[in-house]
Amino acid sequence: MDSNEAHSLIDADGQPRSKFTCALSDDELKRCFESMLAVRSFDDICIKLQRGGRIGFSIPNTGVEATQVGAAAALRDGDHIFPSYRDFGIAIHKGVAAVEMFHNMFGNSRDAAQGRQMPVHFSFVEPVRFFSISSPIGTHIPQAVGAAHAFTLRGESHAALASFGDGGTSSSGFHSGLNFAAVMKAPVVFLCQNNGWAISCPSSRQTGSESYAIKAKAYGMPGIKVDGNDVLAVHQVVSEALERARSGAGPTLVEAETYRMGGHSTSDDPSKYVPKEILDRWAALDPTKRLRGYLESRELWTQEWEDELVARLSAEHAAAAKEAEVEAPPGLETIFSDVFESLPDHLRKQGEAVFDLARRKGDAAAGEGAFPL
Amino acid sequence: MANLTLIQAVNDGLKVAMRDDPTTLVFGEDVGPKGGVFLATEGLTDEFGVERCFDTPLSEDGIIGTAIGMAANGLRPIAEIQFQDFIFPAFDQIVSEAAKLRYRSGGQYTAPMVIRTPYGGGIRGGLYHSQSGEAYFSHTPGLKVVIPSTPHDAKGLLIAAINDPDPVLFMEPKALYRSVKGEVPEGSYTVELSTLRTVREGKDVTVFCYGAMVPVVERAAATAAESGIECNIVDLRTLMPLDEEGVLEAAKSTGRVVTVHEAPRFCGYGAEISAMIAENVIEYMEAPIRRVTGFDTPFPNTLEHHYLPDERRVLDAIEAVHSF
Repeated sequence: MDSNEAHSLIDADGQPRSKFTCALSDDELKRCFESMLAVRSFDDICIKLQRGGRIGFSIPNTGVEATQVGAAAALRDGDHIFPSYRDFGIAIHKGVAAVEMFHNMFGNSRDAAQGRQMPVHFSFVEPVRFFSISSPIGTHIPQAVGAAHAFTLRGESHAALASFGDGGTSSSGFHSGLNFAAVMKAPVVFLCQNNGWAISCPSSRQTGSESYAIKAKAYGMPGIKVDGNDVLAVHQVVSEALERARSGAGPTLVEAETYRMGGHSTSDDPSKYVPKEILDRWAALDPTKRLRGYLESRELWTQEWEDELVARLSAEHAAAAKEAEVEAPPGLETIFSDVFESLPDHLRKQGEAVFDLARRKGDAAAGEGAFPL
Repeated sequence: MANLTLIQAVNDGLKVAMRDDPTTLVFGEDVGPKGGVFLATEGLTDEFGVERCFDTPLSEDGIIGTAIGMAANGLRPIAEIQFQDFIFPAFDQIVSEAAKLRYRSGGQYTAPMVIRTPYGGGIRGGLYHSQSGEAYFSHTPGLKVVIPSTPHDAKGLLIAAINDPDPVLFMEPKALYRSVKGEVPEGSYTVELSTLRTVREGKDVTVFCYGAMVPVVERAAATAAESGIECNIVDLRTLMPLDEEGVLEAAKSTGRVVTVHEAPRFCGYGAEISAMIAENVIEYMEAPIRRVTGFDTPFPNTLEHHYLPDERRVLDAIEAVHSF
């Protein structure tokens, strides 16, 4: 495939292009559609919660659902995901329950990380290995390579998927990760979600290269550009890249061309820098609209079904958010736990001092008790 | 027992750990067939194959980044950074990633790994083959920092670091690689992390030191003893987490304290020891706490013997706190 021509299977209305193939079953196609709607529902609720002051932050995912869901649908059990912070669709499609995501959004005591991280910095081991998300850009790219190499050394046929944005390609982790992966022939797929923006910086400020995919050539691996708003095409390209990885042939860079329809985050005002006419152009290529069109042409979609889906997702997500919101915050002692496997003396002393001060000067968060660790 | 140099003890420790645990693997720049620029990894590729001891591209953040992924996926990587001076491209991976992974995932993901790296001066290495960066890393929650000063401790601490469930930065005093020799037990043994070593007992002045400064302090203490000053020398061995109680006890036992390190003074490790003593046991102190350190300058080449604390400077500080 020519790296400058994005591979695409369905057109703007969801109608098959020439050379169309589809490896997804009817049920899988419908599940992809459901996951994409779920991303939008989860996204909407998070933005409302943030606007209402009930959570501190969120990362809009609207517009990029097909890339995330298509890639997730290509993964198999046992594969490891090294996500970035804009990857709701991967978690949702791999079966992470909305309430588990909301525990993180609220930073409560049922959050795996005990509220230590900002919202959207998820970490899951079940039902899928969704690696703990970091804020620094691109650091997870070589980590995915290391995890993939561990599969090779153990003779396992799993692969790792590293997901990052166009800005991530400028990071040192992108360079070292792709370089190491090619040298080690690691079973890893690099998914660059080229959504047009790194916060407020357009692609022209990230690279002088004619594409991101073409960078793969110099590293010694295939680079494939795919229509990131075409879930079928993303699924096909990522599936082939994962198969290549499992076969021992090494890594692949996939550049998915998509568009971030919202801001970078809830703290960002994209109207200052995103031209409206570009948004309109991408709105015409909306990924849910395109999959809907395809499903309808296959008689797999009805308005009633979608209405039911949207109503169910919205109710489920609202209930999950409510459940997470009323959960207790993490105990004060969790400031000190999980720094090391066991608590060293200096952290015990610091924790004891916090609880001692609370007894003497008052701090409801410490309750009446002694430092419990 | 074998009589080994410090570098031979490191090599022996790596071999013993790799024989005991098939998930261990060693990688870095030139660590394969060449055996490393200091020969710490000599013979590993021969014995364990290229899968378990291999050369990587010349990229420190790639070395540590891949090590974290391996550690999080069931392996025990032992990564070498050729000189500690070259570790800074990997600073993000060490500080933002390895050290924080357990905390930020509530223990769902961890990075049990060892980063071995030669540090310190004394080999005419100039600015970029001589530095002592232990303070940066001891300041990083979630990272353990270990520095041996004898062949026995080098092997025992290294095996303990490899067995440890958390990431460990294992800094090797390259000035001592071949200049010290000592008895090293055969096979596997560990020296427990976060324990101090009393190098010399004495009632007059306590000197805290580690790594390549230990033999310097020993020589200064021997000279001091000739004029009747008995030094209590403590080798810290693990800088994070430190045995603070042990430090405070040793400080109290003489009431006079000197700290010695090669690294620059400002915000150096000696400042932490000094503050710890001042905060907790100042009432036992008979004299101001003195620091003997490198200067707050980059590390010079031709004049490195003036930059590095030597017997003369250490002795001067011992005498000053003793006579205060």
